[in-house]
Amino acid sequence: MNEVELLNWARSTGLTYATIFMVLGLTLRVFEILSLKRPGELAETRSDGVRDGWMMILKRSLPEVRHWRYITASYIFHIGLLVVVFFFTPHTHFFRDVFGVFWGGFPNYIIDFFTVLSIAALLYTLVARFYDPARRILTKVSDYLAWLVTFLPFVTGYMAYHRLGIDYTTMLALHILSVEVLMVAIPISKLTHVVTFAMARWYTGSNNGRKGIQS
Amino acid sequence: MSEKKQQLADELERHGITRRTFLKFCTSMASAMALPPTAALAMAETLATVQRQSVIWLSFQECTGCTEAITRSHKPTLENLIFDFISLDYHHTLQAASGSAAELAREQAMHAHKGKYILIVDGSIPIKDGGVYSTIAGMTNLDMLQQVAKDAAAIVAIGTCAAYGGLPKAAPNPTGAVSVSDIIDDKPIINIPGCPPIPVVMTGVLAHILTFGIPELDDLKRPKSFYGDTIHDRCYRRPFYDRGLFAKSFDDEGARKGWCLYELGCKGPVVHNACATVKWNNGTSFPIQSGHGCIGCSEPDFWDAGSFYKALSTGTDNPGKWAGVALAAGAAVGLASGYLNRANKEEAERVHKEVTLKDMGGKNE
Repeated sequence: MNEVELLNWARSTGLTYATIFMVLGLTLRVFEILSLKRPGELAETRSDGVRDGWMMILKRSLPEVRHWRYITASYIFHIGLLVVVFFFTPHTHFFRDVFGVFWGGFPNYIIDFFTVLSIAALLYTLVARFYDPARRILTKVSDYLAWLVTFLPFVTGYMAYHRLGIDYTTMLALHILSVEVLMVAIPISKLTHVVTFAMARWYTGSNNGRKGIQS
Repeated sequence: MSEKKQQLADELERHGITRRTFLKFCTSMASAMALPPTAALAMAETLATVQRQSVIWLSFQECTGCTEAITRSHKPTLENLIFDFISLDYHHTLQAASGSAAELAREQAMHAHKGKYILIVDGSIPIKDGGVYSTIAGMTNLDMLQQVAKDAAAIVAIGTCAAYGGLPKAAPNPTGAVSVSDIIDDKPIINIPGCPPIPVVMTGVLAHILTFGIPELDDLKRPKSFYGDTIHDRCYRRPFYDRGLFAKSFDDEGARKGWCLYELGCKGPVVHNACATVKWNNGTSFPIQSGHGCIGCSEPDFWDAGSFYKALSTGTDNPGKWAGVALAAGAAVGLASGYLNRANKEEAERVHKEVTLKDMGGKNE
């Protein structure tokens, strides 16, 4: 298989399989979680928990002074991720092709800026995780793998755009393939939080609210 | 014709081409192929004294576009003089003789120049059902290629069909079309892809073979000198790409201002060819300059690589069409799994019994 065939495979078969796997996997997990039986309340509830649920989603999305460096890096990464994924012009064309909606892209230098910031933020989180004894003990191999599959699309995309390393066709193919690996990883790793983060926070907040736990 | 008369210098003189003009041609050719400056003179000296090179041109599953491109320049050029100068002993499409006489000419050339002739192939080779889908003089293309390639010094696969299978190989590939290098693996093969290839690239490569031998090739057997850069790398619209200025349709303001055609489906970033530098029709223009994106005709499987009018970053199989099915299947399996878990839990609660220490073999105090 030459580089052109690899690119064509990544744009056709690979993309189709990765999409099916991600959509099926994520829906399966969400529906499975939603249909699980919840334990009944043994004591009288303090509230219906709805407001507490929403408050928890908000609260856990706000920055904290504790671990401010790590949290800042996390903010930078997540904002960078959204900007790069949804506002790089070639990406917007991908989404228009799939969803039929076009929202336009940012100039390339802005995307470049956010890409570099995101890569730096990801590297910081890795180093911080490694040097902090408590965090290192808590880290499993799957956590490093989740970091890696998130990191690779950024690096391959940056290298492809700037024509670094190998030829553009191969690098573009590797970039698309790395995204497909990420798509496969999302439903089967902690990266499922791309859709479950709000559900999980709402559930925790709502549960605490009903039980009268301060959160 | 005497030995002396067979030299290219005499042929050029006969056509009124001065040495100065010839040197200019060699310089531009050397420059186009990224050879060192001294190579131009060496090329001129070698080319001028080169003997007529026997060439056998086999046309298989093709549209004659490659032959049209190399033979139909607007005015006589040095490029087609080089082409005229080679001893084209057999060309199925252009053959003056026909039938058994033409085949005899091919066999005579193969015999007379055994191990020395250059084999040029345009068109793909059908191999399905024993190769019956394309035959010449009762012989399948597959058999003819194998027979002629056996004693060739080198093979030049001209056009995307010969180089990669091209249009005949496009899905569903009813004839089982393959490229030359899919069949022949024991001869030097030079691919000159393009639909058609640029005429000066074809003659440039022939000139290189006649003077310095086989040029340096990349992993797809293409001469690096002509296929080393992508269209995008050399495109005069590239600055607009970098600034994020794109034409949104073929007649909007961006298109009129000459902005980048990426959003209109230009495949330039992944296409290796010399269109943006050498251009077409005696250096007049090339597709992007004419306002249309590059369709990538010189790359393998370009016909099956998605729409010509969709950006390179889009998927080619519309992944969204399966997403609905995946969504429904995921929901169904998820719900089923959830209710199975719920049923298991209820069953566990139903059969749950209080266990005392006594049950476990302990003694009540």
